[in-house]
Amino acid sequence: MNLAEFFSRYGSEIGHRSGEHLFLVGIAILIAVAVGIPGGVMLTRSPRLSAPILAVANAIQTIPSLALFGILIPLPFLGGVGARTAVVALVLYSLLPILRNTFTGINGVDPAIREAGLGMGMTDWQLLWQVEIRLALGVILAGVRVATVIAIGLATIAAAIGAGGLGVFIFRGVAILDNSLILAGAVPAAIMALLADAALGWVERRFVFRRR
Amino acid sequence: MSTEPGLIECRDAGFELNGQPIVSGLNFSIPRGEILVLLGRSGSGKTTTLKLINRLLDLTRGEIRFEDKRTADWDPIRLRRRIGYVIQEIGLFPHFSVERNVALVPRLEGWQRARIEARVRELLNLVGLDPAQFAKRYPHELSGGQRQRVGVARALAADPTALLMDEPFGALDPITRGEIQQEFRQLQRGLGKTVVLVTHDVQEALRVADRIGLMEAGRLVEIQKPRDFLQSGNPAVRAVLASLPDRREIP
Repeated sequence: MNLAEFFSRYGSEIGHRSGEHLFLVGIAILIAVAVGIPGGVMLTRSPRLSAPILAVANAIQTIPSLALFGILIPLPFLGGVGARTAVVALVLYSLLPILRNTFTGINGVDPAIREAGLGMGMTDWQLLWQVEIRLALGVILAGVRVATVIAIGLATIAAAIGAGGLGVFIFRGVAILDNSLILAGAVPAAIMALLADAALGWVERRFVFRRR
Repeated sequence: MSTEPGLIECRDAGFELNGQPIVSGLNFSIPRGEILVLLGRSGSGKTTTLKLINRLLDLTRGEIRFEDKRTADWDPIRLRRRIGYVIQEIGLFPHFSVERNVALVPRLEGWQRARIEARVRELLNLVGLDPAQFAKRYPHELSGGQRQRVGVARALAADPTALLMDEPFGALDPITRGEIQQEFRQLQRGLGKTVVLVTHDVQEALRVADRIGLMEAGRLVEIQKPRDFLQSGNPAVRAVLASLPDRREIP
C-alpha cells in the first residue's frame, strides 16, 4: 500500500479521530487551567496547605496512566466508559504541572517587589493581578505547555476505555500487527503535540515580559 | 518643643514575634517636616519600626499615631497610600515602564489620566530625570542611581505627607550615594515631607538627619540632633561614633 492509497482509505478517519483527540485534550486542559492556576495562587496564600496538596498532585502523577484509566471506570459520576472518564484522567495528569508552576512562579517573584507593592498600599488582589501573575506568567505558561504536550500523548490511551481519539488507530494496529495503522495514530498525535508546543511558545513570547 | 502633636507618634510601641520582643518601649514624636534617621546595626529593630508605622507589621504593644489617629484605626491600605515607602532594593516593577511605576499610587487612587500624566512629568523633573528621555524606559535600562530616583518619585506620587525609607541609598556606589543624599536633602527641604529613614551608615545619618535615633537590640537608646548626637556622652553613641574612619570627615 502506498501513501496515496493509505490516505484515501484512512484520511477521513484520521481527520475524525484527530478531532476527537483534540476535543479530549482541549477540554481537559481548559479544566486543568481553570482549577490549577487559581489553585496554585491559593497555595501561595496558604503555605501550610501547599506541601500536602502538591504531594497529592505528585502522587497522582505517579499512577501508571493505563491503570488510572482503569481505576476510574467503576467510579460513579467521574467514571464509566467513554470520553468523560478520559477527560477526568487527563485533567488529573495535567493538574500537577500547572499547579506546581503557578505556585513556584508566584513564589519566585522578588520579595522586594511584593513588599514595595504592599508598602505603597496595593491590596493583595491588586498585587496579584497587576504584578505577581504578570511576572510569573512565563513559568505558568511553561507548565501549561508541558501539561498539554503530555496530555496529547496520554490521550492516545483513552481509546482503551472507548473514548476515541487517535489511540483507536494505535490499538487497532497493535491488535492486527499493522505498523502503518499504528503510524496513522502516532504521527498525527506527534504533529499535534509539536503544533501545540509551538503555539503555546508563541503565546509565551508574545505575552511574557522579559528583562532582556 | 511645641504642644502640637507630631505627625507620627509612638507611645510605648512594641512588637513581639513568637514571644520574642523584636522592638519594645518605643516612645518618640516626629514633628511635621522633620527627617528622623533611625540608625543601628542589622537586627536592631529599625526596619521593624518602619513597618510598624505603615502596618506592614501590627503592633503587639502600645500605639502609634499617624495624623493624630491610631494606626490600628486606619484602614491599612489608606494609611499606606498616605505614606510613601522606599526600600533598598527599590522594588520597581520590572514589567512597568518608569512612567507606570511612578503612576502606581495615582492609578490605584483612580486619578484622571491627564492629571496622572502631568504628575509623572512633574515628579520626574523633580528627581532630575528628563521625562522625554526616561518616561518610556524600563527599570532594567536604568543605572542604580536613576532607579533610586524613580523609587523616590514613585513614593512621592500621590503627595503623601510622610515618607518611610529603608536603607534607600544602600545599594549605590559611594559617589552616587553622596550626590543623591544631598539632592534628597534639598528635595525634602523644598517639599517639607516628614521622613523616617533607616540606615546603618553613621555618615549618612549625620548628613541627612534633623534628628538621629540610635537603636540597639530593639530599643531606641538615644534621640538627638546631629550636633548633640556627636557630643553625646551615651556610651552606645560613643561606640557608634568610634566606628567612623576619620572624625574630620564628619560634616
